Amino acid sequence: MEIKKYYAGDYDIAVIGGGHAGVEAALAGARLGAKTIMFTITLDWVANMPCNPSIGGTAKGHLVRELDALGGEMGKAADANTLQSRMLNRGKGPAVYSLRAQIDRRHYSEYMKHTVEKQSGLDVKQAEIVKIEKNGELWQLTTNLGAFYNCKTVIFATGTFLGGRVYVGEVNYEAGPDGTFPAKRLSDSIKSLGIPLRRFKTGTPARVLKGSIDFSQLEVQEGDSITVPFSFSSKEKPKNTVVCHIAYTNDQTKKVILDNIDRSPLYAGQISGAGPRYCPSIEDKIVRFADKKRHQLFIEPCGENTEEMYLQGMSSSLPEEVQIEFYRTIKGLENVKIMRNAYAIEYDCVDPTALQASLEFKDYGGLFGAGQFNGSSGYEEAAAQGLIAGINAARKIKGKEPLVLSRASSYIGTLIDDLVTKGCSDPYRMMTSRSEYRLFLRQDNADERLMPIGFEIGLIDKSTFEALKKKISLKENEIKRIKATFLPPTENLNAMLRKLGTTEIETGVSLENLIKRPELNYNSLKEFDPTRPELPEDVCEKVEIEIKYEGYIKRQLAQVNETIRLEGMSIPDDIDYKDVYGLRLEAVEKLAKIRPANIGQASRISGVSPSDISVLLIHLKKE
Amino acid sequence: MIDKTVAAISTPPGEGGIAVIRISGPEAIVIADKSFRSYSGKFLSEIKGYSALYGEVVSENSVIDDAVATVFRAPKSFTGENTVEFSVHGGRLVAKNVLRAVIKNGACPADRGEFTKRAFLNGKIDLTKAESIINIINAKNEIALRISQAAKNGRISKEIDSLIEKLLELSASFSVYADYPDDEIENLNPENFHSSLDEILYKLKNMIDTFDLGKKLCDGIECAIIGKPNVGKSTLMNALSRTERSIVTDIAGTTRDVVDSAVVLGDTTLILSDTAGIHQTDDIVEKAGVDRSFQKLDSAMIVIAVFDASSPLDDDDRIIIDSISDNAIIVLNKSDLGLKADISAFKGMTVVNISAKNNQGIDTLSEAILAKIKADRLDSDDAVLINDRQFNCVNRAYESLYEAKTAMENHVTLDAVGICIDDSLKALLELTGRRVTNEVSDEIFSRFCVGK
Repeated sequence: MEIKKYYAGDYDIAVIGGGHAGVEAALAGARLGAKTIMFTITLDWVANMPCNPSIGGTAKGHLVRELDALGGEMGKAADANTLQSRMLNRGKGPAVYSLRAQIDRRHYSEYMKHTVEKQSGLDVKQAEIVKIEKNGELWQLTTNLGAFYNCKTVIFATGTFLGGRVYVGEVNYEAGPDGTFPAKRLSDSIKSLGIPLRRFKTGTPARVLKGSIDFSQLEVQEGDSITVPFSFSSKEKPKNTVVCHIAYTNDQTKKVILDNIDRSPLYAGQISGAGPRYCPSIEDKIVRFADKKRHQLFIEPCGENTEEMYLQGMSSSLPEEVQIEFYRTIKGLENVKIMRNAYAIEYDCVDPTALQASLEFKDYGGLFGAGQFNGSSGYEEAAAQGLIAGINAARKIKGKEPLVLSRASSYIGTLIDDLVTKGCSDPYRMMTSRSEYRLFLRQDNADERLMPIGFEIGLIDKSTFEALKKKISLKENEIKRIKATFLPPTENLNAMLRKLGTTEIETGVSLENLIKRPELNYNSLKEFDPTRPELPEDVCEKVEIEIKYEGYIKRQLAQVNETIRLEGMSIPDDIDYKDVYGLRLEAVEKLAKIRPANIGQASRISGVSPSDISVLLIHLKKE
Repeated sequence: MIDKTVAAISTPPGEGGIAVIRISGPEAIVIADKSFRSYSGKFLSEIKGYSALYGEVVSENSVIDDAVATVFRAPKSFTGENTVEFSVHGGRLVAKNVLRAVIKNGACPADRGEFTKRAFLNGKIDLTKAESIINIINAKNEIALRISQAAKNGRISKEIDSLIEKLLELSASFSVYADYPDDEIENLNPENFHSSLDEILYKLKNMIDTFDLGKKLCDGIECAIIGKPNVGKSTLMNALSRTERSIVTDIAGTTRDVVDSAVVLGDTTLILSDTAGIHQTDDIVEKAGVDRSFQKLDSAMIVIAVFDASSPLDDDDRIIIDSISDNAIIVLNKSDLGLKADISAFKGMTVVNISAKNNQGIDTLSEAILAKIKADRLDSDDAVLINDRQFNCVNRAYESLYEAKTAMENHVTLDAVGICIDDSLKALLELTGRRVTNEVSDEIFSRFCVGK
């Protein structure tokens, strides 16, 4: 039966989805002055963490810091709701330091829900969007209750809700994450616009009762004694009130899983969607890495006011009874009680090569995508894209050029460039190894790299930006001072150098040269450096990194500049690659599919050779 | 691309009076300065466009040749970029050595048509030329395709592929170590990386070292025939080359100068040089010839030292014996006339008895020459680099990897080591057209069990 439709409003930006991508998109759009509405299937789970109760980690921590520098919300929300904080990879070098925090997921969700509710210019609405259609210059969205909205731009941030289907052993049913309703009808409507969708899959482990775990059998993993926040604006150090635990699978676990492997929907062939390679289910790990004796799992609290514990590393889509059996093979979990079972979830998403680097569809002006809808995975990846989509939808409405971050500028730029230029065949996760510029794109300088952009586009206020400028000048002055300071070869200094196992000095040596020695650092030279000013910890850290790694950073900067230069050579939208005399057929096809915005992007497309780029340059010059 | 500085020999291949090596691009003058020492002490960077300095091209402190270096400053040059042209003495070897010195100092080998392409992109030549440039580029593609198809089963590509696999493994290990700090990953102790690093470095170094040899195997191995007058050098040369290239007479001192002849021996080409007989003389013309013979003795890869077996060794012979080293083969000619020479002087050396006139022992000598070539660094299983582009990539890979090793030895953190390894990988992947970041993440996922 056709339901009666009613007109419910006009908006500049409509965001479909209230997860990590949706929240950032809606906040950015509204903050930039666009009249915005955010739809979510359930208002009780805004910015939910249906998987890991944590934010950050390798490369993801970089994304959060970058997001914060551009004016995103995730960093602040994480800092306010942290249960445990750790800077990972200390000792492995500044390029890979990564902040990771255990988060109280209920509190986080509440914080974000309240933030979007308070945001002026943003309406938040619980509704399932079932239809999208073109209405003149506008896009019309219709809810399951017949309300229709006319919108200038629409941002898809549908996550695993879109066509969601949950799998547990032989059982499967339509559902969103964490027992929510799925978005059942929107997929067909999107397809009828001519946008092809595909299936991806992800999964999550069980949540178990804290009181049923024997922690005396487990290793403890503590947080850092001195914590640092994600956000430039957070004044307080995040809390550190909980510990995590480490446990291991064993031969018995393996046996239970292998004995029941035919009951896995993945191995039985029921799930067609591509699962994330970087985050395999436990049955996947055991089958693919059969030689591995044991697998680690991390037991993490889900919040302050709950006894639910998350079993990181143990996602599964085996039947519930098998789950109970294999979890109980683990030392410390012999009597574990499952509160929520593990499951796999399959959902619809697009091939991100259909998008421009602004995250707007190439062929559908006004439509944007972000997060899992674009084929990525992870809260941070989603939030980063949500922010960029929100910014660009707002800029489109104001008639401004889109914000496109070069991959040489940031992990956010790298993430989006990878998605729209190379596409992905399984859910895309950010990793430090994905960036060729990682010694330059550090989490400690995210503010310096991106806050000027955040300020220019209008998401960073003047006082925050002034605070950044002050910090930069403190750092630069200190580096100048260090380069100009020479230490004389005193007996005390040489005694210290001897003690630390480095060569003694005979003449005056610059402080810079001493800091560069692997055995020494900025702090260890403090007492020999009487003119040193008192500086904030983060400034000291930056000073040390920039001096110690100067050579490597310079090496990377040369590459960064080359990339930026090539990205400055734009390719007109209306170019017909078939007309480019001398271009190979394969290159014509690839270029026509990806439609790169500039020579830099074109050169990164697989199947496009340096010779093709030469031919293209000559063609462009001729035009 | 156009930011790179490129270099190539701009004169046609073959012998000529002079050869020109052109360097073009933003760093052209800087790179030229690193490769050149003017006699006036001036630097090329100090002089104006359209002016020149006379001096010598040097490589690692040894002089390659005299040269006139002409500086063109952007935009007033053929390409529209900063350009330096070295004019050196003609001859393939000199020009190639100059080019190699320049590449070592930071230039990339120019692609075919590259100077013309740059001239076009910089607005120096008109539109009508654009299409012919594309044809050149396409032709290069064709050639590259044919070469790569031909090389597919070749040793170079196999060797490079295996190095790429090893580097990928290494890079993935570094990445996994950084990206999955909490995961329990077996065999991931950075200390273990040292040995893999050393192994790859060793192989890259070998490829670089065999580059000379590889080129020589294609271009010909220089092989000097030396000896005092009238021991039968020219007869031997003719026997080896089976031509009448040298004038063969019984009058001592007929071959006053060096005479070259290319001879195919097995699967290699020998550039045989018949030299003037070495002896003490006051004749100025002859003396010059003898000096050149000694130069050949020093520069040739293989030396065939010819002695007259039928007469006792004299002072001239002893001068020669004192001058030769491991790369020499002792040929006792005229062995059909009986043995009077004291062969104890050749103890420990490769000695072959022949009679050049009667064509006896020539096969044995050929085998001895081939054995000598192989013994000299070339293991038949070694991959041999043949062109400058390959050399350049491998050299870059080596240098970046060496930097990684140095960083590791100096206890620089592994993120810095990692980017050096990736740069090295990038240089090798350039030969195959693959991209680093994709390759590394694929490797991580296939090799390591990581993730929640």
